[in-house]
Amino acid sequence: MNGFFDIPSDLQHSWPGLIGLHVREALLPVAAGLLLALPLAQLCVRLRWLYAPVLGVTTVLYAIPSLAFFVVLIDYTGQTELTVMIPLAVYSLVVLVPAIVDAVRSVPQETLAAATAMGFGPVRRYLQVQLPIAAPAVIAGLRVATASSISLVSVGALIGNQGALGNLLAAAQKYDRPELAVNSVLTTAALAILCDALLVLLRRVLTPWMPRGSGGGPRAAAAASQRPEAEVAAR
Amino acid sequence: MIRIDSVTKRYPDGTVAVDRLSLEIPDRSITVLVGPSGCGKTTTLRMINRMVEPTEGTILLDGQDIQRRPVTALRRSMGYVIQNAGLFQHRTIVDNIATVPRMLGWGKQKSRARAAELMERVGLDSALAKRYPYQLSGGQQQRVGVARALAADPPVLLMDEPFSAVDPVVRKGLQDELLRLQDELGKTIVFVTHDIDEAIKLGTTVAVLREGGRLAQYAPPAELLSAPADGFVEDFLGADRGIRRLSFFSSAALELTVDPVITADADAGRIAASGTPHLLVTDADGRPLGWAERREAAAGPVDTERLLPHGRPFVPGTDSLRAALDCAVLSPTGWAVAVDGTGRVTGVVSQATIAEAIRTAHTQSRAEAARQAGETGEPRDADAADRADKAEVAP
Repeated sequence: MNGFFDIPSDLQHSWPGLIGLHVREALLPVAAGLLLALPLAQLCVRLRWLYAPVLGVTTVLYAIPSLAFFVVLIDYTGQTELTVMIPLAVYSLVVLVPAIVDAVRSVPQETLAAATAMGFGPVRRYLQVQLPIAAPAVIAGLRVATASSISLVSVGALIGNQGALGNLLAAAQKYDRPELAVNSVLTTAALAILCDALLVLLRRVLTPWMPRGSGGGPRAAAAASQRPEAEVAAR
Repeated sequence: MIRIDSVTKRYPDGTVAVDRLSLEIPDRSITVLVGPSGCGKTTTLRMINRMVEPTEGTILLDGQDIQRRPVTALRRSMGYVIQNAGLFQHRTIVDNIATVPRMLGWGKQKSRARAAELMERVGLDSALAKRYPYQLSGGQQQRVGVARALAADPPVLLMDEPFSAVDPVVRKGLQDELLRLQDELGKTIVFVTHDIDEAIKLGTTVAVLREGGRLAQYAPPAELLSAPADGFVEDFLGADRGIRRLSFFSSAALELTVDPVITADADAGRIAASGTPHLLVTDADGRPLGWAERREAAAGPVDTERLLPHGRPFVPGTDSLRAALDCAVLSPTGWAVAVDGTGRVTGVVSQATIAEAIRTAHTQSRAEAARQAGETGEPRDADAADRADKAEVAP
């Protein structure tokens, strides 16, 4: 394992530096995706007819290979992190929008009727009742989006060293140092597991009101199985 | 007073949920809206707090059109209890109850103190305050629902099938609790149910609605049972309305006899003096032990091990004629046992005597109805309903 952490200088980063870069390139798009998905999902809940077309469009966008995205974006944003992050943000929508829509819709009718009858306006009802109750399913969606995003960042290596830990894969080929590829895969996997654990912890902290031992609830399981990992891995 | 004035709710697809409904809901009483599904009872309830807006007609609250009040303020002045409670699963019990006070801008301390007070009032252990709804049973959740509706002390309470989803034993407990609470608080309660027994038990006045949202009859429960307006109401009341009506007649006037009542150590002379084939044997304190055959009892000391069961006794004055009749029907001898509040026998009464009392009660009730009709010139108004209630005995 000689030189396992010995990163070629043309990557311009140390190993911890690459991890930091990877985290930023993976998580900022998920955060942006969440900010975009929340209002979009709320629109879909309010205007039922909108949900099918929104779901269709996000799915089509998800089907566009990231390389094709890069080719288009490179004219506008150049060989930058942004070029990697924009497609990732778009991809996260396909997981987050249905997760939030289903979660908000699954809030029991009695609860909504009770809130309305107690004099909650629509905004207060959304922020204080629907969103908190939807939180576990939203976090379940975030877990899928985060794992997928962390694995997809590596593709950025194709547009000139914007793949963070993925750049190690390119370097492994270039310098014939397979241990760098092993490093890349293991570190990426560890990062994904750590982020997932943090999200599970966040859910625990945010939802003391959930029955223990039910995991993310039936909704979360449904959201997770809806987007098979194989689809993500295929990228 | 809530006055519903020829209100119609027609949906865009042409369905009529409520059809020219007019009701006057008196203050400080329980008005029950009852009917089969699709009769518009929930729609009517939801028009009172404007969760549904009527297509035609007006609803007046204390003389003012509810359309003229801001909708959130209107709703916060009316408690609302729903089936399955509809609690906020992400908030603790105390925070659930404090919801409306917090929205009205009460301080955190004051709201919580009020919530604690209400938990006690609806019979919830204060240890549950910090729990979450999933940790409570259905009956407990429903109590929290009632407490939450009462939190800001609204004059009006709207209840939409609140007890339909709990088992019969818990439901009976909740119904009794509601009647007790209403005695203390005197709210104007509008209560929706599909259960006619619940309507008769809880209602000061009962509005029976039929499919298509039309009013079939609006009357106090005793009148509903004695004089259903038409075949629909009669069918809806069920086959045993005659028996159920007895719930509204007091057993106070029943003529009890103590002749067949003996103590376990009674002498032969006392036994011979009674003229009935069975004797009720009591212990030295006067509590019932069971029935003995007179022939056997006369033969020697009463064997308390071999008595026939005396069944559940009734308390004259507290229980209704229905309870007394039930005791007599279930008794192996056909005689009902009457006891006082402490369980001591005050006498026994035969089925024949009870039947006589029922006939008398019917006659009196007819005379009373005729007298009232003559007095007011109207078949029924809110005052008449009130007077009739005072004469009634809880079922």
